Amino acid sequence: MDWLVQLLDSNQIFTTSTVLHYWDGLVVTVQLVFISLIIGLVLSLPLAILRTHRNPWINRPIWAYTYVFRGTPLLIQLYLIYYGVTYIPGIQESVFWFIMKDALYPALLAFVLNTAAYTTEILRGAIVATPMGEIEAARAYGMNFSKTMRRIVLPSAFRRALPAYSNEVIFMLHASAIASTVTIIDLTGAAKDVYSQHYAPFEAFTFVGAIYLCLTFSILFLFKRLEKNLLAHLAER
Amino acid sequence: MANKEPQLVVTDIHKTFGTHEVLKGLSLEAHKGDVISMIGSSGSGKSTFLRCINLLEIPTKGEIQVHGEQIQFKLDRQGKRVPVDHGQVERMRSRLSMVFQGFNLWSHMTVLENVIEAPIHVLGLSKAEATDRAKSLLERVGLYDRKDYYPSHMSGGQQQRAAIARALAMEPDVMLFDEPTSALDPELVGEVLKVMRNLAEEGRTMIVVTHEMSFARDVSNHVLFLHQGKIEEQGNPAKVFGNPDSERMKQFLAPKY
Repeated sequence: MDWLVQLLDSNQIFTTSTVLHYWDGLVVTVQLVFISLIIGLVLSLPLAILRTHRNPWINRPIWAYTYVFRGTPLLIQLYLIYYGVTYIPGIQESVFWFIMKDALYPALLAFVLNTAAYTTEILRGAIVATPMGEIEAARAYGMNFSKTMRRIVLPSAFRRALPAYSNEVIFMLHASAIASTVTIIDLTGAAKDVYSQHYAPFEAFTFVGAIYLCLTFSILFLFKRLEKNLLAHLAER
Repeated sequence: MANKEPQLVVTDIHKTFGTHEVLKGLSLEAHKGDVISMIGSSGSGKSTFLRCINLLEIPTKGEIQVHGEQIQFKLDRQGKRVPVDHGQVERMRSRLSMVFQGFNLWSHMTVLENVIEAPIHVLGLSKAEATDRAKSLLERVGLYDRKDYYPSHMSGGQQQRAAIARALAMEPDVMLFDEPTSALDPELVGEVLKVMRNLAEEGRTMIVVTHEMSFARDVSNHVLFLHQGKIEEQGNPAKVFGNPDSERMKQFLAPKY
């Protein structure tokens, strides 16, 4: 490890303290992305099922929600939530403010709403694409609606959705960089700090770009393994 | 075919799609061990009739009785006929298993998983029980060595035999076959028909919609000939094929070329 300490000491930008700063940013980015993806996925499942409902009073509002959140930039959504929340009358006196005054939570809310909208549409597409004959077979063997959903439609839809969902995960990772515009020190925020301290934009952002690249490839690797296991039935033989 | 209480009684089934009346009052009774073939040209209503029996289509009029239990219907707010109790329908369906023209195996499951799925999740068998049952059935349809294959990795004939094993795993009172060989290459038809013939010889109660005249003639003990939503001719196969009363049946049997 000596060589690493030496290397860090010998250059002026990547000192121990800036690398630790990047590390803190990495932790924030991973937390932010991971938590919003988990909550977004949990929300999107019932939304996607209801989105396929025949009744327009049920499917239309969900359609409107996904339309708005997929139709506007995430940055605008983040600004509206981050700045907009302060304009809610009485919020600054409520308990709610205790949470929302920290930039992390408005950002989390914006990310969750955004990824839930995209994931809802990905899942809806996969649910709708379930072969009609397989659903009919489930019914013909005495499965009710919820069993058919749980045992046949969703397991097959999740598998079909996997490649599109891996794109969504990578998109969220990259989009999370905008959290740095609302004072959050995520990876990009850390890179900005390093840049402004040392006036070294090229070094600061190349380094952070490399970290994003590593994260992206790790995600891709995980999804490839998942696909290999779960999509075996679609593989060539 | 008058032995004891029938497994299935279907009375005066009518089915209308929009303004088009597809079925115009069809009835049928199946006793234990009966093999009933339904034949007729495309559009005569055979498949629709079969699908009405397990309520994949809800008949506009008519009654269905499985093992003496009558399915209850009511009219919903739009005046459409619907079953009163979905639980009853699901129970009834689990007694009648269906084999489809397009196999309809669950594509994300292996053959074995397909066969144990409904016994576990509908009949409530334990996984071990269902697996034992499935393995012996797969052995019987000659697919034991393919049990861990996915449907898409098998031929049509193998898929249909797997679908028959899936149907048998329910230990149904009556098996419904909806043109089970129509989607198969000619050379694959034989392997499926052989399995079906074995089932018939074992005393399974079967209702078979088919275009395979030799199967209808040789294997079944009762044949229905449908024409324009009505039963045009019925009886034992020797009579229906050998000496039909109806003009339409004679035309249907006449060499086409």
